[in-house]
Order: sequence, then C-alpha cells, then structure tokens
Amino acid sequence: MPPPIKRIVVDREPRVVDPPPPGPGGNGTATPGVLAHSPTLRRRHSSAVAAVERMAMRELSIAYGEKVAVNSVSLPVRQGEVLALIGPSGCGKTTLLRSLNRLTELTPTARRWGQITLDGEDVDRVEVTHLRRRVSMVFQQPNPFPMSVFDNVAYALREQGARKPKRPALAPAVQDALERAGLHSEVADDLDRQALRLSGGQQQRLCIARSLAANPDVLLLDEPCSALDPISTEVIEQLIVRLREQVAIVIVTHNLQQAYRVADHVAFMYLGDLVEYGPVEQIFHRPAAKRTKDYVGGAFG
Amino acid sequence: MTAPEPLAATSASPPPAPQRTKPRESASTWPLVDRIGLSLCWAAGIALCLVMGGILAYMAVRGVQYLRPSLFFESPTPEQDQSKSGGFLDPLLGTVLITAVGTLIAFPIGVATAVWLNEYRRPWGLARAVESGVEVVAGTPSVVLAIFGLIIFQQSYFGFLSLTAEGDAVLGRSFFTAGAMMALIALPLIVGSTRAGLQQIPDHVREASYSVGKTKAATIRRVLLPSCRPAIATGTVLGMGRIIGDTAIVVILLGASLQLQSVGDVPGLSTLKGSGSTLTSYVFNNSPAGEGQSPEKAYAAAFVLLLVVVALNYAVNRITSREAPQWIR
Repeated sequence: MPPPIKRIVVDREPRVVDPPPPGPGGNGTATPGVLAHSPTLRRRHSSAVAAVERMAMRELSIAYGEKVAVNSVSLPVRQGEVLALIGPSGCGKTTLLRSLNRLTELTPTARRWGQITLDGEDVDRVEVTHLRRRVSMVFQQPNPFPMSVFDNVAYALREQGARKPKRPALAPAVQDALERAGLHSEVADDLDRQALRLSGGQQQRLCIARSLAANPDVLLLDEPCSALDPISTEVIEQLIVRLREQVAIVIVTHNLQQAYRVADHVAFMYLGDLVEYGPVEQIFHRPAAKRTKDYVGGAFG
Repeated sequence: MTAPEPLAATSASPPPAPQRTKPRESASTWPLVDRIGLSLCWAAGIALCLVMGGILAYMAVRGVQYLRPSLFFESPTPEQDQSKSGGFLDPLLGTVLITAVGTLIAFPIGVATAVWLNEYRRPWGLARAVESGVEVVAGTPSVVLAIFGLIIFQQSYFGFLSLTAEGDAVLGRSFFTAGAMMALIALPLIVGSTRAGLQQIPDHVREASYSVGKTKAATIRRVLLPSCRPAIATGTVLGMGRIIGDTAIVVILLGASLQLQSVGDVPGLSTLKGSGSTLTSYVFNNSPAGEGQSPEKAYAAAFVLLLVVVALNYAVNRITSREAPQWIR
C-alpha cells in the first residue's frame, strides 16, 4: 500500500476551534478540540491575587509621519494577569507597547494622541526616566550590557552613570532580582562572569532580572522568546506566569500558542485597530469578530 | 576534533568520499575574463607582499649593520666626523613626546566628535558640516596643515606655546604647536573608528538602557563607550602611527634643532615649549636625500622607525581581534 499522500488545500476556510466545555475558569491542562492534539498546554492557573488596574490607554493613537500605526486604542493593563497583544506583522503591537514607557518619543517622526495613565497619573506628567523605571521593557533580542552579570543587574539600581553604591550594598537587591528572574541558581557561583558569555536564554532572563531590579510596576515584553530555543522559551513562559502577581505584564507575541499559554487577556490588533479584547478563552474559542476568527483559526486550524 | 566513529554496520566498508571538483579544475571552466581577473588578484596580493618584504629585508640589512646600542643613549651633535656625531636619543624622545602631545589632544576631541555625530546629530546641518570638516582634514596633506599651523601659532596671543624672541616675534615652533597640528592628522582616524564602533551597537541596546530609566548621557558613558573600547583603541593606535610617520609637520613646526631645546625654566613644560627633532626628521636630515651627512645613522634610525610602526600595526591587530560585544541585530 502506498503511503498516504498529504494534501495541502489552498484557500480553505479557516477552521474555528470549538468552544470549551462550561467549567470553572476553563483552566484545565487539556483543552478539547484541536488544542488537545497540539502541544499547547496552559501554563496559567487562577491567579491568587485579584487583578488591579495599573495602566490604562484611552483613545491612544500613534502615527509615524502620515502613517497611522495605532488607531484609537483603549485598553487596561492589570497587575495579577498577563495581557498579550497579538496580530499580524505591522499591526502596531510593538508601537503600542513602546508608547507605554514613552520609547516612541525617540523616533522623531512619531506623534501620539490620547491618554496613557499609570496608576491614574498621565504618563506625560511623569518624568521620563522615572516613568521608565516603573514601566520597564525587555526586548526581542537578548541585550545584556558588556559588563559582568552583577553589574548588569546593578545597572538599574545605580544612579544614572554612577558606579556607586558599591557591591556589598547592592548584593541583596541583585540576588533578589536574579532569583525572581529564575537565574540565580545558574549564575550564583560566578556573578563576575561576562554577561555576554551566557547562553541566549540566560541572557534574556538576565535582561528580565535587570528590568525587575528597579522594581517596576509594569513589565513590557516585546516578543521576548522569538530569538530563543524551545526550552529557553518554556523557562521564560513559566517565569512570566510566576511574575504576573508581582508586576503587571504586557507581552507582544507572534506566537499564538504562546499567547494562549501565558496570557489571561488577549488584545487582537489589525492594521492599527484594536479588533477584539477579552479573556483568552473568548479570543481563542469564541471570537466575536470575524477577523479575530480568521486570524486565530488560521493559526490553529 | 576527533573524527566521528563509523557506524557498526558500515565500518567494514567506509563509504566512498564525496566527489569534489578541485579548485583548479573549477577555475579552468571559467570564462577567460574571470580567469584573468583571478590571476590579477593573485598577482596584486603577491606583489604587495614582495614589496613589503623587500623593504623590511633591505631596511633590516642596512639598518641592523649600523645599529649600535650607543645610538639609543647618545644625543646627536652637529659634527662632520661621524664617529663623534652621537646617536638619536633626542629624536627618539622627540617622537615619543610629539606622539603623546598629539594623541592627548586628538583622543578626547575625536571621541567626543564621534559620539556627538553618532548619538546626537542635531542640528542636522551642523552635523553634516562637522562630517565634511573631518573629511577635509583627513584629505589635507600634512604639509598644508603645517604651514597653516605656523601662521596660526606665530600670532602673538599664542606666544605662550613657543619661544618668543626679541621684539615680541613669536617663533611658533614647539612640541605644543607641532603636537596640536599632529592631532589634526590623527583626529579623522579616531573619529572614524569610534563612529564605526558606535554604529555596530544595535539600537535596542540603547533602548534597553533607557528602559531601566537611564538618561542618554548615562547610557553613553556606561554602555556605549565601554562597548566600543576596542574600536576607540584601534583608531587611537592608527592615529599614533600617522603621527610617528609624519615628517612635514616636524620639519616646519618643530624646528630643525637636533637636540631638545627647552624654553623657559619650568621642568617638563619648558621642553614642550621648546623645539627638537623626531626620528623622521632625523632620517630626513641625515639621509643622502637630505643633508646627507651620515646615511649609516639614517638607515639605523629608519629601521627603528619601521620597527615602531610594525609594532603599532601588531597592536592594532591584537586590539581588533579582541572580542567586541556581539548582539543580535
């Protein structure tokens, strides 16, 4: 008997995933339907703390020159849960993320309308370095600074360009940040090694530790796993789920499985518009908008 | 590396080696133009090596046979009798001094210019003007810079940099003034190399620093400059090589005195205000092309000069091979 021929059907209707059975929170590990056959397991479990709103975007629009990248988006960012921004490339996810700690201001052509608040205060009123300590960002590419592991984490704790306070004063805080980022046990034996000699996954967790050292209220993650291997990705995903009770987390990801694994709420963006925002079950199982259905279905079907 | 162990099943008969076309046979199938081009590339490389090897060998033979330890410790004296005309201690010190002065001036200005050009660039027009300014300086022959320097430093308000003769005529020739003009020929190399180093750093590294609440100044000081330290060092050493090898500025702006001649009585400062010579001017003045008094000593000095430059090139290679931080772009 000849082997079965795999058929590739072009222009097929995207398959929509069945809704989950009614249950408490739908936080089981195995999900029926297509997801049961995929390696997509939920890392989430019900958060122990109630979600608290930390940031809010109201009618946020951002344009680069004439091109509108984000169009009138309103979203809450809550501590105690992970918000995932999904959508095709160029839909404005990263621009939205960068506007939260005013990194968009570094682009000369970028203009912003609408309001972003942090704990009720307009971010434009907060001094920018202070804001960025409270709303810290981790990037797509691991980017530790060319200094020791210790100095990388201590960098966020020291005053601007200073080399002081010296090591003994900072050691507890550095250790705490490394532990929260789940890196301490791997680097504890030699905190003086060069950070750029670590593996990619360790570098990325070091970058998370560096951000956590300043005790931010909000942690922004811009596709933090896209440059990493699956095992490092898993470690970082577990870390994200663990951290969400301490800081509000916003993650931009191209990987829908990843969004499904780590997020509590998902915002789907398309060409700068916020198409749909809701709990992860709604977006992946009962999407209200046709475009969400197409996008999510295309990924899973 | 050890060869992978053959699988048990196939160990009896190793698989045949994959057939590869030999490079020579591959080239023989090329069009004639490409083959001529390839031979020209080979010829050019080999010719360059031969020329370099020839210079080194000739200078080694001519230089080493006249090289005496005493040459390094004796000051030159203007004697017709070559056994009494001394060594090149003063030119050697002069080379060191003028390189130090030039580098000390060029280094901070060069690094600062590169940082401003790469990180601030505002206003845009000024940045373009500075860029072309650096390019013009890089392309200007050093003899032009030297003449220009002489005009500038003979102004009375620069009198404190050199000898002021009777009647307030400023000589304009000193280690200070020559070093300042030497800084100009080292500057473009330092600016270029530092900028190349800064451009190697991807933007997300800067943004990562801003994202933990650092200012631009703190980012430059603690992240960017340490990251391009090898590039800055390379540019500086290349600049030093240019200063050591330059003759025109020495002849015009340092004066032609064989020995170091101090001006004033403040130790150190008086030497810098005074005139002297360097290895290049010593070679020029002693060689058959120059005054032609003692070609033997010119060869010996030229050999030392060549050794210094080769050593600097080696230093550049060591620095560039040292690992600059690598990030994913």
